[in-house]
Amino acid sequence: MPAEPWTGPLPDSLKERFGDSVEKATVLGGQQLLVVAAAKAREVIAALRDAHEFDYLVDVTAVHWPEKDLQFEMVWILYSFASNQRVRVKAALAEGAKAPTVTDLYSTANWLEREVYDMFGIEFENHPDLRRILMPDEWDGFPLRKEYGIVQQDAAWVRENLKIESAQ
Amino acid sequence: MPEATLAPPPSADATLLDSNELVLNMGPQHPSTHGVLRVILKLDGETVLGTDCVIGYLHRGVEKIAENRTFQQFAPYVDRMDYVAAVSNGLGYCLAIEKLLDVEIPSRAQAVRVILTELNRIASHLLWLGTHALDIGAITPVFLCFREREDVLMIFEKYCGARLTTHAFRIGGLQYETYDTFEKDCLAFCDTMEERLKEYHDLLTGNRIWVKRTKGVGILDAAACKDYGVTGPLIRAAGVEWDLRKAQPYCGYENYDFDIPTARNGDTFDRYMVRMEEMVQSCRIIRQAVDGLPEGPIKGKVGKVLKPPPGETYVSIEAPKGELGYYVVSDGSLQPYRVRVRPPSFVNLGALDKMCRGSLVADVVAIIGTIDIVLGEVDR
Repeated sequence: MPAEPWTGPLPDSLKERFGDSVEKATVLGGQQLLVVAAAKAREVIAALRDAHEFDYLVDVTAVHWPEKDLQFEMVWILYSFASNQRVRVKAALAEGAKAPTVTDLYSTANWLEREVYDMFGIEFENHPDLRRILMPDEWDGFPLRKEYGIVQQDAAWVRENLKIESAQ
Repeated sequence: MPEATLAPPPSADATLLDSNELVLNMGPQHPSTHGVLRVILKLDGETVLGTDCVIGYLHRGVEKIAENRTFQQFAPYVDRMDYVAAVSNGLGYCLAIEKLLDVEIPSRAQAVRVILTELNRIASHLLWLGTHALDIGAITPVFLCFREREDVLMIFEKYCGARLTTHAFRIGGLQYETYDTFEKDCLAFCDTMEERLKEYHDLLTGNRIWVKRTKGVGILDAAACKDYGVTGPLIRAAGVEWDLRKAQPYCGYENYDFDIPTARNGDTFDRYMVRMEEMVQSCRIIRQAVDGLPEGPIKGKVGKVLKPPPGETYVSIEAPKGELGYYVVSDGSLQPYRVRVRPPSFVNLGALDKMCRGSLVADVVAIIGTIDIVLGEVDR
């Protein structure tokens, strides 16, 4: 997949403002991508929203890379109605580290961050309502982590709540 | 399962005479929640103070399944998310993998894809219209809508053998060539549909009960739509002329002449009008695509074994319900490393609380209907 450096006023202004916290600005297969330090991710997104009119948070998700030191990769996809462009912001997170919430910047983030928590167990600092959203509240384990097996289940929960031995 | 808690409503102190608040459970087995949606409503008399959605009853772990299947094997699963618009789901997934593989799709395949996707948009809107009207108390439209929807499903059945979860497209193009009377059937359907839409307008648009039940109900303005990430007919009804088919064209949509219907008030009635007009526009696109249907191959140069190079991409399309996105990460193996589906229904449902607060409990049914959710896609 062809990757080239992303240059222009937008990445330049972010690099100027956040310095080394903006680790990478690339155009990957025609899509704009920023890799930032997790500690500054919230501020970068706030800057994109306030100074560059990225007023629509398309998606928040994560990818689990168990072999890496920083196991989790947070992904925020932003869109600007004014300039009709997308930018993908990524930040690496260690196991157990908390991700910054963007719920105060975008109301969409409320449910999307709950889903990331539900599936990966990544907690969001200052999220107003961090509960599971798709899995049952008492479920043990986070299904989209790589070590979670495809047929794995919370056997105790299934026995107690569904009164069957296995849901498989 | 412990009861889900509600955030305290902002107007709790202002309730008259400090009257008792009532917590009412709606669903998951309730005909007007369009599936297994459970909504916990906090009421003051008939006024909704707040809502809390309990979802996940249909969670099948689609994203987990993707990581354990090959790229082709996963394609039929996406049809099971938004099962009333399976063709759109398949289109988005195929486009994402084709972007990773960097393959060219022949123009004939693109045109057939557009025809089938637009037919599916009409089918999806028809199902929405019928059930939405039924929820509000208009019994007749659902029979008419299902009559027209049947024509679309017959075209699907003749094309690929399946009616609902069609798996109509393959990565790289199409599996099947169109059947003999495909073009004729599509044009005949457009003729019928345009006539029948007038009947729907006669039944509903000027109907005083319909207008009373929908005007001013569930208002979501443009700023709130952007804040909640709400897309599709909902944001267009709030006056934002934004459609991915125009904003970031894919699959050759830039070659077709069509309008983006919009409205101003962002209420239930406006969303109804926007979707009605979208069906007209879909007919326009189908006619153009059928008229200019090129000859040629229907599949691009893809191998039998798909192994996209390591990389990632985000591809989104304008599904009938809003922006449907696929974020796919490949590690160079036969199976996707991660497939994230950005579902329009899930995100749009997130604005339910905002739309319901302060409205009457009877309007909650109208508001759930107007968002146009499919729980298979909300829960995945």
